Amino acid sequence: MADKHIDEISGVETTGHEWDGIRELNNPMPRWWVWTFYATIVWALGYTVLYPAWPLVNDATSGVLGYSSRGVLLDEMATAKAAQGAILERIAAATPEEIIANPELNQFAMAGGAAAFRVNCTPCHGTGAAGGEGYPNLNDDDWLWGGSVDAIYQTVAHGIRDAVDPDTRIGEMTAFADVLQPDEIRQAAAYVVSLTGKPRDPSMVEPGKQIFMDNCASCHGENAEGNRDLGAPNLADAIWLKVHGEDQIAGQIRAPKHGVMPAWTTRLGDVTVKQLAVYVHSLGGGE
Amino acid sequence: MNYPLETAALVIGTFLALLGAAYAHDSLFAAHMWVLFLTLGISSIVMLRRVSFAPAGAPRAVPAKSEYFDEVIKYGTIATVFWGVVGFLVGVVVALQLAFPDLNIEPWLNFGRTRPLHTSAVIFAFGGNALIATSFYVVQRTCRARLFGGNLGWFVFWGYQLFIVMAATGYLLGITQGKEYAEPEWYVDIWLTIVWVAYLVVFLGTIFMRKEPHIYVANWFYLAFIVTIAMLHIVNNLAMPISFLGIKSYSAFSGVQDALTQWWYGHNAVGFFLTAGFLGMMYYFIPKQVNRPVYSYRLSIIHFWALIFMYIWAGPHHLHYTALPDWAQTLGMVFSIMLWMPSWGGMINGLMTLSGAWDRIRTDPIVRMMVMAVAFYGMATFEGPMMSVKAVNSLSHYTDWTIGHVHSGALGWNGMITFGAVYFLVPKLWNRKRLYSLQLVNWHFWLATLGIVLYAAVMWVAGIQQGLMWREYDDQGFLVYSFAETVAAMFPYYLLRALGGLMFLAGALLMAFNVTMTILGHERQERTPGVAPAGLQPAE
Repeated sequence: MADKHIDEISGVETTGHEWDGIRELNNPMPRWWVWTFYATIVWALGYTVLYPAWPLVNDATSGVLGYSSRGVLLDEMATAKAAQGAILERIAAATPEEIIANPELNQFAMAGGAAAFRVNCTPCHGTGAAGGEGYPNLNDDDWLWGGSVDAIYQTVAHGIRDAVDPDTRIGEMTAFADVLQPDEIRQAAAYVVSLTGKPRDPSMVEPGKQIFMDNCASCHGENAEGNRDLGAPNLADAIWLKVHGEDQIAGQIRAPKHGVMPAWTTRLGDVTVKQLAVYVHSLGGGE
Repeated sequence: MNYPLETAALVIGTFLALLGAAYAHDSLFAAHMWVLFLTLGISSIVMLRRVSFAPAGAPRAVPAKSEYFDEVIKYGTIATVFWGVVGFLVGVVVALQLAFPDLNIEPWLNFGRTRPLHTSAVIFAFGGNALIATSFYVVQRTCRARLFGGNLGWFVFWGYQLFIVMAATGYLLGITQGKEYAEPEWYVDIWLTIVWVAYLVVFLGTIFMRKEPHIYVANWFYLAFIVTIAMLHIVNNLAMPISFLGIKSYSAFSGVQDALTQWWYGHNAVGFFLTAGFLGMMYYFIPKQVNRPVYSYRLSIIHFWALIFMYIWAGPHHLHYTALPDWAQTLGMVFSIMLWMPSWGGMINGLMTLSGAWDRIRTDPIVRMMVMAVAFYGMATFEGPMMSVKAVNSLSHYTDWTIGHVHSGALGWNGMITFGAVYFLVPKLWNRKRLYSLQLVNWHFWLATLGIVLYAAVMWVAGIQQGLMWREYDDQGFLVYSFAETVAAMFPYYLLRALGGLMFLAGALLMAFNVTMTILGHERQERTPGVAPAGLQPAE
């Protein structure tokens, strides 16, 4: 056991132990290793003096720099707020139309609206605001509830069919399954299709028109161009939000589906909602 | 051989599983108990069929007590290779699920279930079996003593496989307590505790029975790993089940205390499972494979104690900039920095053990594998302390950089050293002159190395880009990118990462083939890699 053995290749003494043929050289620890280890310890001790570190009975040392991560966060938030503070106050005091009229406010609102849109609106309306199945395209001229900046502001602020907001926009189409006969519904659908395309059976268009005038025109208008006060869509353009083709239109007449958009004022605050309205208004369809 | 007690225990266990399924408090517990019933039932049938009806008193083949207990290590080596391939395969699947969300097949193969399946399969099934098998091999050789406890070694092995099966099927069923790397629910945790205590008894017993005067350094590391994992596992999983026949339990901790306990566990699972345990592996298999003495005894003893003392405090660096008090964040960070050199002590001792035998890197692909493992160990243990610095962490945290860091450690260090150990063990355990093919080992080495490099490099780029996109403000103080845009930007990286993983998996499949052929006793006729054919020898 205690026979000091010299390793032939390195000429270094071993510790004299051997396990399953494995010996250990008696090399010293590399100097650089030891000194780097010491350096990290010294650095660590220094750091714990500067920053909050050592736990005490009810508290911990706070460090000579007075650092706290919450404090840093509050400072950064305050700085960011201060940088935007003056202009945000002016936006709060202005109407959406006044914001658009003022180049400085408009530029800021466009940036802020775009940022808020990316986080809050893209999940439904898409990153390019082109909408999707059941979610309106915000780039075109087809507006359910109006495309003026004030109308958009109202829609974003209070949402559509959002039960928690008393000022929300509400428009509800009757389920005609209980009102009309099945063939009448098919005729009405044929008429609606005929406005922008070719129905399957042209002979159904004439009776369908009569049914439309008696039941649908009160909301969708005699020309079927819709009514923005009620959120009734324009049926005389080729833009369809949820349904495509005669069968789906008939289905929508029978048992309509209604989309919901949340009211955003309570979530984002009025100033951000104004910026969103300005941004959405700018996308191409603003009136 | 007859195992009357063991077989009876299995049959009773099968019956209890049936009762558990019958009286279950919830449907998931019933489903899980059916899995247990099937597993134990099949095991019972296998055991019953092996009963020998030789007349009493007839001479039986009893193995000599002096021999090493290697049968369980053979099983462990095969299990290591098997679970490795499974774990890497699931890894490729989850990587593709991130790139192509349509691959999330509801409900059993959602990312939320396949991800813990992957992490547990590679860490606990592949890594755990590698640690158990190699520790049993190393402790017997370096203590010159047969494994303590007789059939307890078998219990540890099969008990651990049962834990793996219960954990994996639980994840797919949706049974989880939501703690990273500690997802199994209370009843599986209790089973693992029993198995782990048996493991400790076997290992410690063998050390007590040793015929060597001193305990070899590999055994310090293995013992530190076994003891600390027991402590971590028990404390982090302290919980109260709502019913003893139901899956759900509530942790003893809540809020930030729970988070801190979890990361004390999580970080030291890395520290003691993936670092200390595998250092034990390194300290035996590298000196054996290169046939050189360990470089420095003094370094090994200092870095051992420094490592196990420092590691246990470093967990809070997983909770920078959270509700965790600042003082705990500071301590987590400075202990991580101080951990750098103790970690590197293992790298120095591993690499410098090659001094006088550096040419073996050229001629022996197994040595090359081990050296690459130590190199990745060194890189990952530098990257870790660096990422624990709060300023770096504010960029890297929650990004794919962390994923890259973990994988350069897990694939590079744990994977490569395990592959080296497997290639060392298989010919010895099955009494073969050599491996089936060293050239396949060479192919495995290059596939794995390039796979890891691709994986880690891509995740660096992805993670840093992600972190920069998250924090980018325009000059008016608004965020430039939405979160969804940062996710979409990751697509090409996720694709390349899957490719890196696929290469690593391909290497592991070569290993499985090579190991199988070696066990079957085949030898491929081939030129030894790195050695020039005769006639092309350089002039002396």
